[in-house]
Amino acid sequence: MAEYQNLFSRVHVTAPPDAGGPIDESMFKRGKPRMSYWLQKIGDAQIGPFYLGGLGLASLICGFIAFEIIGFNYLAQVNWDPLVFLRELPWLSLEPPKAEYGLSIPPLNEGGWWLLAGFFLTLSVMLWWLRMYRRARALGMGTHVAWAFLSAIWLFLVLGFFRPLAMGTWSEAVPFGIFSHLDWTQNFSLRYGNLFYNPFHMLSIAFLYGSALLFAMHGGTILATDRYGAHREIEQIVDRGTASERGALFWRWTMGFNASMESIHRWAWWFAVLTTLTGGIGILLTGTVVDNWYLWGVEHNIAPAY
Amino acid sequence: MSMLSFEKKYRIKGGTLIGGDLFDFWAGPFYVGFFGVAGAFFTLLGVAMIFFAISQGPTWGIWAIHIPPPDISYGLSLAPLQDGGLWQLITVCATGAFVCWALREVEICRKLGIGYHVPVAFGTAIFAYVTLVIIRPILMGAWGYAFPYGIMSHLDWVASVGYQYVNFHYNPAHMIAVTFFFTTTLALALHGGAILSGSNPKKGNTVRTAEHENSFFRDSIGYSIGSLGIHRLGLFLAINAGFWSAICIVISGPLWDKSWPEFWEFWRQIPIWS
Repeated sequence: MAEYQNLFSRVHVTAPPDAGGPIDESMFKRGKPRMSYWLQKIGDAQIGPFYLGGLGLASLICGFIAFEIIGFNYLAQVNWDPLVFLRELPWLSLEPPKAEYGLSIPPLNEGGWWLLAGFFLTLSVMLWWLRMYRRARALGMGTHVAWAFLSAIWLFLVLGFFRPLAMGTWSEAVPFGIFSHLDWTQNFSLRYGNLFYNPFHMLSIAFLYGSALLFAMHGGTILATDRYGAHREIEQIVDRGTASERGALFWRWTMGFNASMESIHRWAWWFAVLTTLTGGIGILLTGTVVDNWYLWGVEHNIAPAY
Repeated sequence: MSMLSFEKKYRIKGGTLIGGDLFDFWAGPFYVGFFGVAGAFFTLLGVAMIFFAISQGPTWGIWAIHIPPPDISYGLSLAPLQDGGLWQLITVCATGAFVCWALREVEICRKLGIGYHVPVAFGTAIFAYVTLVIIRPILMGAWGYAFPYGIMSHLDWVASVGYQYVNFHYNPAHMIAVTFFFTTTLALALHGGAILSGSNPKKGNTVRTAEHENSFFRDSIGYSIGSLGIHRLGLFLAINAGFWSAICIVISGPLWDKSWPEFWEFWRQIPIWS
């Protein structure tokens, strides 16, 4: 057990920073890369070069505006006292408009700021999505990361936009606040008769736990076989080596089934994507199609009789 | 038949922890070993107990099955079979089967000459299960504090225990666990997406390299942890998700038996601003 288990890097190779694959830098240039001694213990030493780009700049500006709207609303709520702001920060919240406003635009102090913050946050996220797509294309890569990101955006939009739209009022949306969004989650489940009875919630949780399980399995397998070069995954995909063979056999002998070096990443991608995809479906159905998930469960004979 | 084209040369004797050559063989694709035999024993016995318990209950409906632990009044004693004794037997069998599975993985690792990362990670999951059904009930003085075996009934248990602490989302260890679960899933999407987008490139391009993956994450988010580091990070995140799940339930009751929202009042009492 005293042997090297590959949990951190012992040998630090120093080399000139990698400038990155060729991209069009006519408008924006990449930044300057830096090196970090401590990062090299577990991963790559090189930080950057970062590519800002027009979409990145616009996204960061929109995100900054949303952040500031929320922060200044918090400050106004505590009479601009910075100490009280810090004390109350976990409890502070920017709430959506009251139900009587429906889908109309309310006065700023009665949910208008919430609507504005949500608008800029959504804009920021969508611009960042375009950026992820374009960065992949600029390097001649597939766009799998962007489409996975879209699945997360789907859940975000269901919570803050699609479901409020279907319910006819912004008041259904999630507030911007640390404890307040936890309260919203609890109340949402109570109001609709226990979200655990929602089959899409079940699926989402299964994929969430499944994602952790898969990453433990995959991360563990690669680290365990890395003495044979397992982390060079793309090379192993096109030209299988003994590392892939041992990793595959480990699972075959353990559970009778194994993925391949490529297919394990398809399992990974789908588990992560389906977490938010099914979660979003579950939220969208709640209150619109099903009013009480517990009664729905009783009706479909899934509820236990104690 | 059940062997992959390259498998034969890897099927060698040795590496067992116990039993020597006695159980050192394969059944179809499965490696058996001493822990395969012992694990099969626990599994068959446990599953038989589950079916027996269901047969004594009101339903065979897969969702509504409910096998509860003994009543709180039994404390930490053995209960009659129909009064939670079956639950106790099933728990013993399940724990035994999980531990055997992990040790069988260790034997397979030794055969293949690879590290023990997977069984160690699986150990964290076993630890979380054992915390729920053994450690916490012992700390609280009754098996009745464990969760029942049943698809919907264990969900009811989670909901009702959550409400006993008013709002479980305020439990700081629960916050950490949830954050690790979400972060693991995010990292898994990024890693899976990166490898797939490298090996399935834009039409007309050759397969991309690890350098393209690095460029992609450096360009877009400013840092690429690298093809080795991502597996360290992923394993770390996943193990922590399981570990903090165990912590968040074991502190609820033994360490803090009030409302979790109330716990955060300490923040307002910090001398700097109180």
